[in-house]
Amino acid sequence: MKATVTVMPKDGVLDPQGKAIGHALAGLGFSGVAEVRAGKVIVLDLAELDADRARAQAEAMARRLLANTVIESFRVQVEG
Amino acid sequence: MRAGIVIFPGTNRERDMAIALRRSTGHAPRMIWHRETELLDLDLVVLPGGFSHGDYLRCGAMAAHSPAMSAVKKFAARGGYVLGVCNGFQILTEAGLLPGALLRNASLRFLAGDCHLRVERSDTAFTGHYQRGEVFRAVMAHGDGNFFADDATLDRLEGDGLVAFRYATPSGEVSEAANRNGSARHIAGIFSPNRRVLGLMPHPENFVDPLLGGEDGKPLFDSLAALAA
Repeated sequence: MKATVTVMPKDGVLDPQGKAIGHALAGLGFSGVAEVRAGKVIVLDLAELDADRARAQAEAMARRLLANTVIESFRVQVEG
Repeated sequence: MRAGIVIFPGTNRERDMAIALRRSTGHAPRMIWHRETELLDLDLVVLPGGFSHGDYLRCGAMAAHSPAMSAVKKFAARGGYVLGVCNGFQILTEAGLLPGALLRNASLRFLAGDCHLRVERSDTAFTGHYQRGEVFRAVMAHGDGNFFADDATLDRLEGDGLVAFRYATPSGEVSEAANRNGSARHIAGIFSPNRRVLGLMPHPENFVDPLLGGEDGKPLFDSLAALAA
């Protein structure tokens, strides 16, 4: 199974990278961008063939290492 | 006082730290590779600055799960003294030995240069040779030193007297201008609840020799040297 872990800064946690991207977009003339948040995507190729177990594995990995839940939230998507 | 320094791939401040420890304790510290797990003979473990594992994923995230850090956690649970500077502070938060996290500097810039730290308490093993409220010069050299914790955690740190140092002006005024990385409540360093684990972003080990511009950081190492062997 392929598991995609999306890690984002939590709401309320300063995201200076997102802010800088927002400023750059405004500088390029893109108007109407209210807020930009920047995170990361980690794609895992898992040996597990069962979707539920693959999701559980990816979530455990995210809690243990891939995300720092003090400052980040994560979302796991699984596909075959 | 027997000290050891843990070295991870990408650590680069271990030799400065060793010089600082040797100057104050009179003994060369033991250098500990990150795969080692034996710390039994030590009184103090130091996690020095650098860019462990290339700062990949998050600063200190990989190092926090190394075999040596498992040993450091046990060492700290037994009441051992642990000092983390810069990347070492990041590793301590990632390992859960200290609360909060170090975010990208609010300015998004890597900050390199002198800063001034106000000593919040002098009744600890790390700060006994300073006075409370004293200001000393240290060097910051980090891209991710913006201390963050939720309000409840910050209130607890302050209420329990676990803030070690705050960014200040040379005259000791805690101000936004002095807080160059944007840290919550100007916090530069914090203690564990038993005050035996200290993490701070700036480098006290840079100022332990007049030849290199001053000895402002030496009292921290002198304090540790005074610990019973």
